[in-house]
Amino acid sequence: MAEKVLMKGNEAVAEAAIRAGCRLYFAYPITPQSELIEYMSRMMPKVDGNFVQAESEIAAINMVYGASGCGRRTMTSSSSPGISLKMEGISYLAGANLPAVIVNVQRGGPGLGDIQPAQGDYFQATKGGGHGDYRLIVLAPSTVQEFADMADLAFDLGDKYRNPVMILSDGLLGQMMEPVEFKPYKTEEELKQLDEQHFDWCMHPNEDEPNHHHHEINSLEIDPLILEQHVIKLGKKYDKITKNEIRYEKYNISDDNEVVVVAFGTAARIAKSAIDELQEAGTSIGMIRPITVWPYPYDAIKNVLHDKVKKVVVCELNLGQMVEDVKLAVNGKIPVEFLGKVGGILFTPDEIKAKILDKQGE
Amino acid sequence: MEIIAQRPKSLTDIQFTYCPGCTHGISHRLIAEAIDELEMRNQMMGVAPVGCSVFAYKFFNFDMAEAAHGRAPAVATGMKRARPDMHVFTYQGDGDLAAIGTAEIIHAANRGENITVFFVNNAIYGMTGGQMAPTTLPGMKTSTSPYGRDEKDIGYPIQACELINSLRAPYFIERVSLLSPQDILKAKKVVKKALQFNKEERGFTFVEFVSTCPTNWGIEPVKALDWAKENMLPFFPLGNFRDRSLEGGE
Repeated sequence: MAEKVLMKGNEAVAEAAIRAGCRLYFAYPITPQSELIEYMSRMMPKVDGNFVQAESEIAAINMVYGASGCGRRTMTSSSSPGISLKMEGISYLAGANLPAVIVNVQRGGPGLGDIQPAQGDYFQATKGGGHGDYRLIVLAPSTVQEFADMADLAFDLGDKYRNPVMILSDGLLGQMMEPVEFKPYKTEEELKQLDEQHFDWCMHPNEDEPNHHHHEINSLEIDPLILEQHVIKLGKKYDKITKNEIRYEKYNISDDNEVVVVAFGTAARIAKSAIDELQEAGTSIGMIRPITVWPYPYDAIKNVLHDKVKKVVVCELNLGQMVEDVKLAVNGKIPVEFLGKVGGILFTPDEIKAKILDKQGE
Repeated sequence: MEIIAQRPKSLTDIQFTYCPGCTHGISHRLIAEAIDELEMRNQMMGVAPVGCSVFAYKFFNFDMAEAAHGRAPAVATGMKRARPDMHVFTYQGDGDLAAIGTAEIIHAANRGENITVFFVNNAIYGMTGGQMAPTTLPGMKTSTSPYGRDEKDIGYPIQACELINSLRAPYFIERVSLLSPQDILKAKKVVKKALQFNKEERGFTFVEFVSTCPTNWGIEPVKALDWAKENMLPFFPLGNFRDRSLEGGE
């Protein structure tokens, strides 16, 4: 078994990305993700990789576009305000069917906000953000280990579907240290296979006719009938992703559950403490923790709502964003209540317990 | 039968989408000829811009990326870093390079990226229908400067070569024109020189073409050439701004 090391989430996801074969990383410094870019600046030269501190997040995501167009595993990272700047490029990546990994270490917003953990970018990550009909695969880690593991998963999913993938973490997961176990580095042979897997469409060295290729990395289709077909094809891809890639964790789910909590990422960590304490006191509360927040586990939520469950409580570090998806899943069958915290402030397990037990303000 | 003229291998057989009298076709051809002559085609990748030449990705006969408006130098940076064994150029207009993409061009040049940037300056936005460009001349009427560009209000035309020449890293910077057969022959030599340096991995190379836009200027093609000579060249003087290969101890 591999050795466990104590690492910050920002550094762990960077190390895991390198191990997954990422040799091209482009980013711009922003708190609370700067350890990630610093780690890459230290490590990329040691693995013959390429690190560029770009002039802006816009430039960084466009460097990713160029590198991905060459079929290579590539990544960028930022925090909320910087992710907004990347949205143009993310839409182009999606439109051009390009794989790429984008890490968002969320902080409080809107605007410049603050630098504390928050989940206010849920809408942006899962419902668009950039222009046009597109979807990002969005993975939401809840521990440093999971954050690191998601780097590997994100590259695999990106390559499998030729689609950009976002890891939606936050300032807490980026900054906190936990023990992590890493997968081994990809071998030279594996790296070569990764590089050549996209040769049927990517930009790569050419030959004279008859084997000459003219590959276009492009999202422009000026003819509406062709664009229509292009977007329909994207839609079919998103259907396939929805069918195959929904991931979630069931926590303390049982026939005894009186309340079901839905929370992701850092909010789910805190909810687990509340659920454990209530279980000890004899109240059974279950939780569905979406791991993919797009595609979203609607059915997973629907399927745990047996007759004993009185209500669903959604806990988020925002004004109420994912709760809309939970309401779609519950479809009016039972009440859906919301507990939110904003400004980069976390709720305590006691606050969650009070919400579950209808004892707020007591 | 002896072939005395043919389409360069670096151009596809897709018909250009340019207006009559437009100089994009000429600059495309010069670049394609130079790539063929330097035998760079099988290691070549290009980046098309947003603007009239947005379809350049269809016209050049090797792998091409279509960039978002202004981002071509950043896209080219990612491409060159991903495939150091290949050669990369961008092809950009004045709105693309000197307005929305100012940060990207300055920083790619400042990093000394091993790419060639071809900059087509016709002092106007062509594809969107003749709006004011960062290179529009003082007093020049466009659809968004209907009373003439007022330099007191909106500033003077941006001189891209001069701007890039203020940076240390670039290897080669030259402004040429496509306004007469002699100018075109001279431009060909400069294009070839820039691509030769690109092939030799010498650093950042930049070629600006002073060009025309008869359609949006509202001037007949031949008269447009004269108009450009008279009005554009005083603001955009032709010549070499930098050639590090001529400096000792490079």
